[in-house]
Amino acid sequence: MDRSSHPRSRRIAPFVAVAAAAALTLAGCSSGSGGKKAEEGGADASAGKANTPRMKVALVTHQAPGDTFWDIVRKGAEAAAAKDNIELVYSSDPNAGTQANLVQNAIDQKVDGIAVTLAKPDALKDVIGKAEAAGIPVVGLNSGLSDWKDLGLLEFFGQDESVAGEAFGKKLNEVGAKNAVCVIHEQGNVGLTQRCDGVKKTFEGRTQILNVNGTDMPSVKSTITAKLKQDSSIDYVVTLGAPFAPTAVQSTGDAGSEAKVATFDLNKELTKAIEAGDIQFAVDQQPYLQGYLAVDGLWLYENNGNYSGGGEQPVLTGPAFVDKSNVDAVSEYAAKGTR
Amino acid sequence: MSMTRQAEPAVDTPPAPGPKQTDGRTVRRSPALRLLARPEVGVFLGAVAVLVFFLFAAPPVRDGSSMANILYQSSTIGIMALPVALLMIGGEFDLSAGVAVVASALTASMLSYQLTLNVWMGVIVALVVSLAVGAFNGWMLVRTGLPSFLVTLGTFLILQGVNLAVTKLVTGNVATDDISDMDGFGQAKALFASSFDVGGVQVKITVVWWLVFAALATWVLLRTRYGNWIFAVGGNKESARAVGVPVTFTKISLFMLVGFGAWFVGMHNLFSFNTVQSGEGVGQELIYIAAAVIGGCLLTGGYGSAIGPVFGAFMFGMVQQGIVYAGWDPDWFKAFLGVMLLGAVLINLWVQRTATRR
Repeated sequence: MDRSSHPRSRRIAPFVAVAAAAALTLAGCSSGSGGKKAEEGGADASAGKANTPRMKVALVTHQAPGDTFWDIVRKGAEAAAAKDNIELVYSSDPNAGTQANLVQNAIDQKVDGIAVTLAKPDALKDVIGKAEAAGIPVVGLNSGLSDWKDLGLLEFFGQDESVAGEAFGKKLNEVGAKNAVCVIHEQGNVGLTQRCDGVKKTFEGRTQILNVNGTDMPSVKSTITAKLKQDSSIDYVVTLGAPFAPTAVQSTGDAGSEAKVATFDLNKELTKAIEAGDIQFAVDQQPYLQGYLAVDGLWLYENNGNYSGGGEQPVLTGPAFVDKSNVDAVSEYAAKGTR
Repeated sequence: MSMTRQAEPAVDTPPAPGPKQTDGRTVRRSPALRLLARPEVGVFLGAVAVLVFFLFAAPPVRDGSSMANILYQSSTIGIMALPVALLMIGGEFDLSAGVAVVASALTASMLSYQLTLNVWMGVIVALVVSLAVGAFNGWMLVRTGLPSFLVTLGTFLILQGVNLAVTKLVTGNVATDDISDMDGFGQAKALFASSFDVGGVQVKITVVWWLVFAALATWVLLRTRYGNWIFAVGGNKESARAVGVPVTFTKISLFMLVGFGAWFVGMHNLFSFNTVQSGEGVGQELIYIAAAVIGGCLLTGGYGSAIGPVFGAFMFGMVQQGIVYAGWDPDWFKAFLGVMLLGAVLINLWVQRTATRR
């Protein structure tokens, strides 16, 4: 014992020294600007709490890990659950087969309601049928605008991607754009393609498509730069996800292009960029609202038999435009990660 | 294969008198053929072919700033492809390399922001974390004897999950906060993500670092004892150990080198884009491995060079951006990329076969 304790303490000594040194340097190395200290904590909106019996609701999405958009959807759902005395079970998988298994998992848990996204409706058809057979109400959100009724869902909350794209195209006409490039960050994604198609439909100028590798930012940046060099008449870059818009702004700088940038979807950094005038406008499908309404819709159905949209029409959450004129009202919520 | 290369001097030492001299095994190949047999020559020719092709097919490529852009894209792949290639020569590979880049960037960003520290503190801690991840990979591999595929697949999944969960836990969102207004950001950006002017063309600093690292790696591989160890552990671990090569040290340090690369590219991403999304990086590991393999490194280890992956990464960047400069139908983008790369690898293979045939 004696023999082993000595070398061990010697082995620990450097770590202790490093830790001590780190603590000392940490104390002397704080940043004088920015950081957590500069951020003011805003109190969360609290709207009281329902005294209805406790419910259990599952939200099953096709989210890929680490996407800011879905994080906002989830926060909306959690806010509604907290208010409605609901226990929310969240799960997600971009693979349609796995997503179907997650819905089955919710049925097995005997939840009181299921909210589901229909990115690949065919893959979910069977399992949604099973939920209905088990007497569990199912609502749709985000994706599946053209399929929710066929699958027998109660109601649907989302944005018509084509409608959003068309609105975007009209806005481009308003601002006098002539040649726009639509940047798809995930090749083969139906929703993203619909957005670009919608833009193409109403935009009177030229619309081009560009595919980029969305998981690698340097690659996104160089590819947009390359496109701007290839066609120097491009005057608007349209990105389809909030994190790609600031990168597109850097690309215009690198390419020496005068092109402006506008985007679909919103986040905290983006509201700042709109305030600063780096990004012209963003179309916001209000993901928070989608998550919130889907969960709240199930609660209303359970406790009052209500159907949002009357069981006939989807409830549209977008497109809502955010530009310099109204960004002040939005940025406060974006900072909290709810817009 | 490396063994034959290193054994070459020994082969011609005995004067070998008598008629048996022309049995073919001891014949010295012509200098041209010996040059062709070097691992990087095939990919060099492939890269030249792709470059010439796009110079004709895509007029904007002829512009200096376009070339700077292509080199930038290549450098962010290339800086990681270098340690990945060395590791591959050492007989292992690392599936966690793509998410390791993002893990490093997340660490630096969150540490600085949450504790309101000078960003250099975050940068240093991220380096320690990255090296530790590499050391863990190597240690697990050496201790358990499991194939690197399994060990690093495990690390890949762990990092992917941790990136997401910890980021969400700490920041409340799945992306980090903007740190561009914090102390030290400007200096760190100058080191990792600045650009400078060469004859009116803006060149990114990563291109310089890429070439510096490549030169360093080439020197280590060809001129130092450590370089010999890398070839030896990749060729045959047991015989390497038998002749006194510190196999454990070599393997672990190679994984840590990948960690260093991940840290460097991670810092570039962070200081170039100010925030990091925790889901990024997945799939990049295959691109690094592809660049190394195209660059003439064998998946089985023991053979390759450090300069080959430089051309491999350049070819990747050239094809990826060249397709856009050429203005081709974007739906075919990935297919073009695949065909081009496969073609380049075939040229590479053909050159090597021709060169090594007697």
